[in-house]
Amino acid sequence: MTPANIGIVFDDVSRFYGEVLGINHVNLTIPPGVTSLVGPNGSGKTTLMNLMTGLIQPTRGSVRVLGIPAGRPEEIFRRVGYCTQFDAFPKGMTGYEFLYGFLLVHGWARADAERGAVAALERVSLTETAHRKVAGYSKGMRQRIKLAQAMAHNPEVLILDEPLNGLDPMARAETIALFEQWGAEGRYVIVSSHILHEVDRISDQVILLSHGYVVAEGEISGVRSEVKDQPMQVLVRCPKPGLLASRLFQQDHVVEASIQEDGRSVMIRTLDADSLYLLLNRVVVEDGIELDGVSPADADVNSVYQYLIRPQGGAV
Amino acid sequence: MSGLPWALYRKQVLAVLRLELRKNFLSRRGWWIWLLAGFPAFICVMHGLLSRSTGHDLGEDTKIFAGIFQLAYLRFAIYFGCVGIFMNLVRGDVLEKTLHYYFLAPVRREVVMIGKYLAGLAVAAFLFGGSTLVSFYFIRYHYGSEFQQWMWNGPGLGHMGWYLVTAALACLGYGAVFLLMGLLVRNPMIPAAVVMVWEGINNFLPAFLQQISVIYYLKSLTPVNVVEEGPLAMLAVTADPAPAWLAITGVVLVSGLLVLYAAVRSRRFEISYAE
Repeated sequence: MTPANIGIVFDDVSRFYGEVLGINHVNLTIPPGVTSLVGPNGSGKTTLMNLMTGLIQPTRGSVRVLGIPAGRPEEIFRRVGYCTQFDAFPKGMTGYEFLYGFLLVHGWARADAERGAVAALERVSLTETAHRKVAGYSKGMRQRIKLAQAMAHNPEVLILDEPLNGLDPMARAETIALFEQWGAEGRYVIVSSHILHEVDRISDQVILLSHGYVVAEGEISGVRSEVKDQPMQVLVRCPKPGLLASRLFQQDHVVEASIQEDGRSVMIRTLDADSLYLLLNRVVVEDGIELDGVSPADADVNSVYQYLIRPQGGAV
Repeated sequence: MSGLPWALYRKQVLAVLRLELRKNFLSRRGWWIWLLAGFPAFICVMHGLLSRSTGHDLGEDTKIFAGIFQLAYLRFAIYFGCVGIFMNLVRGDVLEKTLHYYFLAPVRREVVMIGKYLAGLAVAAFLFGGSTLVSFYFIRYHYGSEFQQWMWNGPGLGHMGWYLVTAALACLGYGAVFLLMGLLVRNPMIPAAVVMVWEGINNFLPAFLQQISVIYYLKSLTPVNVVEEGPLAMLAVTADPAPAWLAITGVVLVSGLLVLYAAVRSRRFEISYAE
């Protein structure tokens, strides 16, 4: 496999809807694993997904998925599954008929399509309601049948637009576990979601979008460290928080050190996380202060979102 | 061409056909098309029942049927039936927000369009061909042995064959026109009205313009002229009809080209349900 055949590549892609901007000058390479698209409504998440799958064409630039131009559905969708936000289904079909019918459109033989439909229904726990009309399904069941349709042909790339919408907590947990498993297998799982803490749990990397532009991309910790104008928050657990705080205040890069209510930890805000970690090592050695734990407190999707997108007026 | 996976395309066309037939035959949104197909048949059945006691003869009813076929079937029922069936093949899916399911499958869009067209054709041919048969039979069945004689030893069977061929070609031609329109235009009423006017004024156009229409070829194939004179003749009679071979080949070829263009054009079709 050549590098050109790896990943999902946006090469200077812009898309306009008449005079309205969808996305502009997007250059991206999405690697395997779970990637989250995060941004407020209208930021361009769905446009990005629709471009990847050829449902819309770029006004400028090109999109390739695993080396295949996005405008060739007959090739792309052998390797890609897309669960859209559209909550509509062909009328009169049961869940089983829906999956079976569209697997036949893939060109599968009848027996294979039957097996594929049954397996997909099992995967989303809809076996018992397989022969009920989709029109009578609850919102969560409709979401699951869409997921089943996207995954039925076992694609290498799974693109999911708000896939957790309408799912109950149990189904949500199962679905997230499934995404994690697919990501761990080296597949591409691209998820847009407004439930940031869940996105944070499952994502290997994040793409932050705002007003049609990619604001940041990469591993979440890497994206956070690039946000220079917001001090990093680090939570340090230790038995002598007062002593530690007074030691830290002597440093220029420490903006704030506040002892937490539990009396056993200090929340530190610093402009230079690397220097802070070196300082903590020195504190342990030179001052004999024990540290029970050190963890970044705002290197998550939610914080990154707040720092980068909230100032522009975006609400998830 | 030989490198293309024709066996796969065939399977996929059949799969699309299967899904579309389910939707088109039994959809609630298409109830009025069944009414359209039933309306001329109802007239013929009523005519058959009521004319038992009147002094009609078989020749007269043959002309009446020719009038019903040209005016009620070709210019009304089949025309609007095809608007409803074929325009909805794409536009209906857009309105129901379900077209993307086809576009998210590993299938060439041309294959989807051809599958959809064949499904529409099957439904239209079944409804309007069936209705033509019912009308053809019930308008004359009360003549008993005279009808049997006309049918099996006279021109009856030939007439029936030509009417069925003409109805099928009407579905083929108008179907191709409206499949393309459904792909290109958001509001189907505008192109439906434009094509209807064009087809309606066909007899008043110069000869070369008459040939750029479906109705010109269809009228050329009908086995019986409605009336020789009067205002109805202006609509129903073609002064210079095309030979049958040309009419059939012309409709088939033009329909094929329109479907081909629709199929190629579908590659640029975008899913934008918010429109």
